[in-house]
Amino acid sequence: MSESTDVKQSDAKQSDAKQSDARRLSVFKTYKLYVGGKFPRSESGRVYEVQDSKGTWLANAPLSSRKDARDAVVAARKAFGPWSGATAYNRGQILYRIAEMLEGRRDQFVRDVADAEGLSKSRAAAVVDAAVDRWVWYAGWTDKIAQIAGGGNPVAGPYFNLSTPEPTGVVAVVAPQDSSFLGLVSVLAPVIATGNTTVVVASEKSPLPALTLGEVLATSDLPGGVVNILTGRAAEIAPSLAAHQDVNAIDLTGAGAGTDLARDLEIAAADNLKRVLRPSSATDWTAPQGTERLTAFLETKTVWHPTGSLGASGSAY
Amino acid sequence: MTFEYAPAPESRAVVDIAPSYGLFIDGEFVEATDGKVFKTVSPSTEEVLSEVALAGQEDVDRAVRAARRAFQKWSALPGSERAKYLFRIARIIQERSRELAVLETLDNGKPIKETRDADLPLVAAHFFYYAGWADKLDHAGYGANPRPLGVAGQVIPWNFPLLMLAWKIAPALATGNTVVLKPAETTPLSALFFADICRQAGLPRGVVNIIPGYGDTGAALVGHPDVNKVAFTGSTAVGKGIARSVAGTNKKVTLELGGKGANIVFDDAPIDQAVEGIVTGIFFNQGQVCCAGSRLLVQESIQDELLDALKRRLSTLRLGDPLDKNTDIGAINSAEQLARIKAVADTGEAEGAERWSAPCELPSSGYWFAPTLFTNVTQAHTVARDEIFGPVLSVLSFRTPDEAVAKANNTQYGLSAGIWTEKGSRILAVANKLRAGVVWANTFNKFDPTSPFGGYKESGYGREGGRHGLEAYLDV
Amino acid sequence: MPTSASAPASAFVDATASDSALRRFLHGLPGVDAVGLEARAAALGTRSIKTTAKAYAIDLAISMIDLTTLEGADTPGKVRALCAKGAHPDPTDRTTPRVAAICVYPDMAATAKEALAGTGIKVASVATAFPAGRAALPVKLADVRDAVEAGADEIDMVIDRGAFLAGHYLKVYEEIVAVKAECGDRARLKVIFETGELSTYDNIRRASWLGMLAGADFIKTSTGKVAVNATPPNTLLMLEAVRDYRAQTGIQIGVKPAGGIRSTKDAIKFLVLVNETVGADWLDNHWFRFGASSLLNDLLMQRQKLSTGRYSGPDYVTVD
Repeated sequence: MSESTDVKQSDAKQSDAKQSDARRLSVFKTYKLYVGGKFPRSESGRVYEVQDSKGTWLANAPLSSRKDARDAVVAARKAFGPWSGATAYNRGQILYRIAEMLEGRRDQFVRDVADAEGLSKSRAAAVVDAAVDRWVWYAGWTDKIAQIAGGGNPVAGPYFNLSTPEPTGVVAVVAPQDSSFLGLVSVLAPVIATGNTTVVVASEKSPLPALTLGEVLATSDLPGGVVNILTGRAAEIAPSLAAHQDVNAIDLTGAGAGTDLARDLEIAAADNLKRVLRPSSATDWTAPQGTERLTAFLETKTVWHPTGSLGASGSAY
Repeated sequence: MTFEYAPAPESRAVVDIAPSYGLFIDGEFVEATDGKVFKTVSPSTEEVLSEVALAGQEDVDRAVRAARRAFQKWSALPGSERAKYLFRIARIIQERSRELAVLETLDNGKPIKETRDADLPLVAAHFFYYAGWADKLDHAGYGANPRPLGVAGQVIPWNFPLLMLAWKIAPALATGNTVVLKPAETTPLSALFFADICRQAGLPRGVVNIIPGYGDTGAALVGHPDVNKVAFTGSTAVGKGIARSVAGTNKKVTLELGGKGANIVFDDAPIDQAVEGIVTGIFFNQGQVCCAGSRLLVQESIQDELLDALKRRLSTLRLGDPLDKNTDIGAINSAEQLARIKAVADTGEAEGAERWSAPCELPSSGYWFAPTLFTNVTQAHTVARDEIFGPVLSVLSFRTPDEAVAKANNTQYGLSAGIWTEKGSRILAVANKLRAGVVWANTFNKFDPTSPFGGYKESGYGREGGRHGLEAYLDV
Repeated sequence: MPTSASAPASAFVDATASDSALRRFLHGLPGVDAVGLEARAAALGTRSIKTTAKAYAIDLAISMIDLTTLEGADTPGKVRALCAKGAHPDPTDRTTPRVAAICVYPDMAATAKEALAGTGIKVASVATAFPAGRAALPVKLADVRDAVEAGADEIDMVIDRGAFLAGHYLKVYEEIVAVKAECGDRARLKVIFETGELSTYDNIRRASWLGMLAGADFIKTSTGKVAVNATPPNTLLMLEAVRDYRAQTGIQIGVKPAGGIRSTKDAIKFLVLVNETVGADWLDNHWFRFGASSLLNDLLMQRQKLSTGRYSGPDYVTVD
């Protein structure tokens, strides 16, 4: 039985029952979606029970509907122009700001992650630290990826030819189910680092860290709509995102390797030829990341222009 | 007195087409298991050129098994050795380029001027470029010692038969994969001649297998469980089917599909060069080009002037015998394709767009369509939205750069675009906003093996060419 | 057939009202993309002109030659020999067409006139302190007057490239107008831009329009005295200029590439440029000329090859 004042909601419930008149009644948090920079409830009015790893009730989370998914896509599309048009330096600053804000709320996330994933305080702390560091890693990539993934091409003719990576657009992300926070950050950060906007379907059984992350994003100078967070049943929301004609790509990580859901989502995604990042089995989210997740949602644009010579007298004769 | 050019036909004697060809599997030409064959005709005369074995499901299986057997040794070869095979192939293509150009012109219907000056030089250059990568993959930016995927199943179209083969086979072999390639049913011959080049080059058996056939052969290849990589160039509809069919597998896929490229001409464009660029953009290869500039977006203030210049220029195009060295516009590749073009053009007229065709006499046999413009076209017209894949240009106007970009991007495709203006900052701003994989500024339809090519949106995914083109064939 | 008219064309009077107006006009012409222009010229260079088409082109090219001698060592004897050659290019074949003109310095114009009497071949004389053009206007005009009085049918003047490059377009314009006035009705005026010195294609387009506005009957690439003379791209560009000028004014202007065109193959490439850019209206020596000297013998050898089936050699054409 905890004596601390910042008790978890599950603790608080039990405390309320036993010490009803000795203690102040704590304030529960109503968890809400994060869409278009705002915190709406699900338009369906539905919620579902979220439990910790031992099966104890933690909170009610919004049970998003297909309409919520649609609204989130609209918000993501609206944000795409400004976000993809922002300078890479600016995006890097904002991603770094997210790391700063997370660091400031470290204790809260340690508790959330410990509850969600059944980790000890110290292991949860390691996960949160890794997540903060992951934002820092990707913050530094924003203004370097174009130099790695693009460049000049020495064509055999009087032309200047340059390939540049560009964000593919609105990316739907089915976030990892088990690693509800580090896994989420690891799939989310690279998508927005390169200028995409996203609709994330959070871990179904452990959605609370994702919803709390929304609160951090909202206070990190990240423009509304760049990240939109939905909670609920992946099998209900993801198919409408996979089939949505205004979504450009989908990351199926959380659908699970070899599952029917992953296959069905990939089939639906073919309707408008979304770029699909297939789930891989047993990803170790604590391991260092490569550039694969950055380049997965980039398009290469190649621009040609004639060069020619300085004057007619020095030209091709 | 007028200056009439006398016929200047390239000699057909340089190419010897056999009356029949087999499938090329495991280094041998073999008959189809069920003995089926199909005919390939010259689209400019409807003459039957040869009879070609038609690969069925069992033949696909034989070819994939041959490629699988060859994979282990081929992928284990030092890169420098694989490179030398590819350099040999590049050189033999250069030596035999006149023969291959004539062959391609006969089987495809495109002018000899194009096969001679565009297709064949690019084919050789592509092999030469990727040959050099084979022993340098550690430096390609995909980590140390990147591994090949295995057997690549490749399906190519009929518009640039040998060039599309080069785009597929050169990077696949350089990275250590083995290949089963299905050429298009209307243009199988250059791929079969390429098989002979592989033999001349001493390429190990099974590394390259060529299995002509129709769409069901392609579907069998793409769906074969022992294929690790699928590369397809063709229509968006078929591309979507492939994307569905590989769902839930580990097959890596690249798709190079349709387009409806916007060629944007601003009022300060270098006008004479813009006219040439428009012509190149839509009439190169009779418009049967996925990256064709099939929508002309012209700034309203110069629309009349530009259209006059364009019509004047189109009137000088020389349509006719593709083997004639002075022919600009050859035959449409097949009766089916011609029917499709005619149908869309008729729809354009029915929807109220104004049709203008260059004054030229069409030959009495073969498949022909005169260079055609549609004016008074809006975004709502079918001819502005559907890929026609023929010598048909839809002309739309715009008032401001914003509007030009909005209209250019208003399509499900995203393969190519053109920009014509003398203002440098406008080129860069517009290029930046266009959602297209290739943007040609003050030029159009330029290709190079070092330059990545591929689309946004429903024009497909993955890139072919350049360093980027390696990724599609590596396990990264 | 449209004819030349005196300048400036009424449609463009405003353009030449002042130095600044002329600058605005010339700088408002569409730009030229060098790579695209050169690519188009090269593409037309791949046309395959064979058999009957080649025979037609060779005779047409011969008839378009301004057979030229512009040397310090020119003598009356040399000029008379050249005139004889122009009248009967191939003594073994009297069906060979005559050249269009014999082009000489002003002091040789009278000799040429006399030698060409009755042949229909024009006398062209360079003038205006050819080739540099570095003399005062009265000197240039006197040069022109001399040539015209000596019987020149055509005056090939050079523009003041220094003034052009310094941006003094109106000075260049007025000089051409003055020379045109000096020619009067007696001589057609060819205006030489010395494209190699103007350097950029944008400049060549501007010079073409400036020359046409000022009353040129012909625009001509070069003197043959600098490193870069007539090329397919600069001639193509000038053909585009005369095409556009006629479309806007109804006035047809001739074009003369000069210098560096030595082979039949080259000449045919230029004729293809004419054919596919401005068409049949210019395929006549009233509207298109080659400024050349050694070109003629190559055309004659090719002509002999066509008629005999054997390759000819330099001993079978005359040296003049």
